[in-house]
Amino acid sequence: MYQYTEFDKTFVHQRSRQFRDQLERWQAGKLPEDDFRPLRLQNGWYVQRYAPMLRVAVPYGEIASRQLRVLATIARDYDEPEAAVFKAAMDGQGLLGTTFLPKNCAHFTTRTNVQFNWIPLSKAADVMDLLASVDMHGIQTSGNCIRNTTTDALAGVAVDELIDPRPYAEILRQWTTLHPEFAFLPRKFKIAISGAADDRAATGWHDVGLHMARNEAGEIGFKVFVGGGMGRTPVIGTVIREFLPWNQIMNYIEAIVRVYNEHGRRDNKYKARIKILVKSEGQKYIDDVEEEYRQIMEIDGGPHTVPQAEFDRVAACFVPPVLADIPDADPAALAASLQAQAAEHVAFGRWLKRNVHAHKNAQLRAVTLSFKRPGQSPGDATSEQLIAVADLVDQYSAGEARVTHDQNVLLPWVHASRLFDLWQEAKALGLASANVQLLTDMIACPGGDFCSLANARSLPIAEAITQRYQDLDELDDIGEIDLHISGCINSCGHHHSGHIGILGVDKDGKEWYQVTLGGSDGSDLSGAAVAGKVIGPSFSAAEVPDVIEAVLGTYRDLRESGETFQSTVRRAGLDPFKEAAKTARHKEEAVATA
Amino acid sequence: MKILASQDHQAPAEGDTRSVALANDVDALALALDGVERVDLHFPSFTDGRAFSQAFLLRRRRGFKGDIRATGDVLIDQLVQMQRTGFSSAVLREGVDAADAQRQFEMFPGFYQGDAVNHQPIFADKAATA
Repeated sequence: MYQYTEFDKTFVHQRSRQFRDQLERWQAGKLPEDDFRPLRLQNGWYVQRYAPMLRVAVPYGEIASRQLRVLATIARDYDEPEAAVFKAAMDGQGLLGTTFLPKNCAHFTTRTNVQFNWIPLSKAADVMDLLASVDMHGIQTSGNCIRNTTTDALAGVAVDELIDPRPYAEILRQWTTLHPEFAFLPRKFKIAISGAADDRAATGWHDVGLHMARNEAGEIGFKVFVGGGMGRTPVIGTVIREFLPWNQIMNYIEAIVRVYNEHGRRDNKYKARIKILVKSEGQKYIDDVEEEYRQIMEIDGGPHTVPQAEFDRVAACFVPPVLADIPDADPAALAASLQAQAAEHVAFGRWLKRNVHAHKNAQLRAVTLSFKRPGQSPGDATSEQLIAVADLVDQYSAGEARVTHDQNVLLPWVHASRLFDLWQEAKALGLASANVQLLTDMIACPGGDFCSLANARSLPIAEAITQRYQDLDELDDIGEIDLHISGCINSCGHHHSGHIGILGVDKDGKEWYQVTLGGSDGSDLSGAAVAGKVIGPSFSAAEVPDVIEAVLGTYRDLRESGETFQSTVRRAGLDPFKEAAKTARHKEEAVATA
Repeated sequence: MKILASQDHQAPAEGDTRSVALANDVDALALALDGVERVDLHFPSFTDGRAFSQAFLLRRRRGFKGDIRATGDVLIDQLVQMQRTGFSSAVLREGVDAADAQRQFEMFPGFYQGDAVNHQPIFADKAATA
């Protein structure tokens, strides 16, 4: 993991000080609400339906055990609303049928950050100081600026990795941090980077997507995509540069963002992302960027060309850790031993198959702790769980973990000889559900229970489906499938890229849900990145689990040997699924609020 | 960077060739700069950041040595970004108290990226002292 220098540490402490100053001026009435809002957003502070929401940055998903412990402290001591606030929330959501609202917990997001839903603004500055003490912050996790650069949770360990993207992600993080020219863009700006053959970072869905590759001369560089995005107008990014030398990445992104800052639409907030500019300008946008890049290089002298020495300094942090006290072992013997253990313990075998991933180093594995189980919102972690996970991370993964795009936690450095012990400890914590990549390993945003933008609640939908699909044999039979749930068109739950997507819509002031099929994040399993297609008019909350069941039943009926859900949908088309969904509609006229 | 109250600023007069006021959707690279001593850039709302790019292009790209002035919805919390993108003066929005302004410039001892004033990013300094 990147090790903060004195400069880096001072920087986040000063940022925390600056935020405290802004917060105090706002509290004293010296800074009006409208002036304070963008400032607190650029430190990660939203004001939500009942309480503030804090989004803590986890740069490219990497997190250390000591950082998990601080998140646990924040969950336990700060993620606690005042009684009146909580009562208002329970009363308000109770009208819709909500009986439980999680608190004292952290939430893992689809951009691998961490959110808290209840911290009072009066405590905000203290929380930012606490985060700074472990090199954490909320810098630019919200606002119309460049956000967290994300990558795939297997970066640095994946078997199909061509180039480790992490050093480049860290270099990008530093260059984008408090960039003075790009703090007030037309809209938010998100970058994702993939260094593997399989794109597990959903790069096609980002404002800038980067694929690492080597050219014919063996030199490292990026294929650059621009203009992807979700929301009201889902678009997949287009190629703007087939090959950009690695050390030009900041100069080139400077050109991309400058042209966007100058020409992105500012008249309509729903048409302000770069995807709109790219679509409407087409080749002119590309020409403008290339001309700006040429001037950055030839007139400005390319000041952000990354020197080899700087790359080496950063890359030196991203080396495999030395695992203490574990003797080298023959990978084949390790694998045989695991097979034997799996034969003896069926549950361990299931977990091995689903939650444990192959590793560049054949003695090691990457392990996903599943935060998807009945009775707990997808991606939520209680304070106790965070502390326990921090201990597991120390004991089994050399102190390093990853927050995943699927809202789980991954341990990247587990020795294969220790998997059985890890499984038992994870099982005791309820984090060993053998459901990774299966139906109940769903993505869900916090939705209407927390978010003032939402049209509908997402958590009861997630819970209902999780409850219905608890049988591991059935989940295995359905196989790998991406179910993504968003409470509104802002798509924080990435419903557009779900093989099954569920989108909360507001119809007549009530909660309804659109179901889409065939969406893809651009990974090999999912196929070329594309938005899912709607399979019929919206459904009520009560109908949704029945619709899912009908759709999955159709899959089982139609599938040819070995076909995944996604493959069957692509081969058979949507019509059979549309027909099946119709049968799931309830006969009752007006559905009482669930 | 000079901080001005609104009463201390006069928009360029009709026919004044030494001071130019630029709307924030105008191409700063195309502006004629001969004999120009001051360019007023505009923030229609402080959340509209186009003038930051205009300032950068005038100061860095074109090497303009005169006064680049921020006008419009100018608050103290963006002064550091203005200074770093090449503004040399700023006219505070009516009613904004300049008292807290100086403190903003003292918050950060340094920044990661190069800008219109300090061209080199921090890693270049490291290389220089290595």
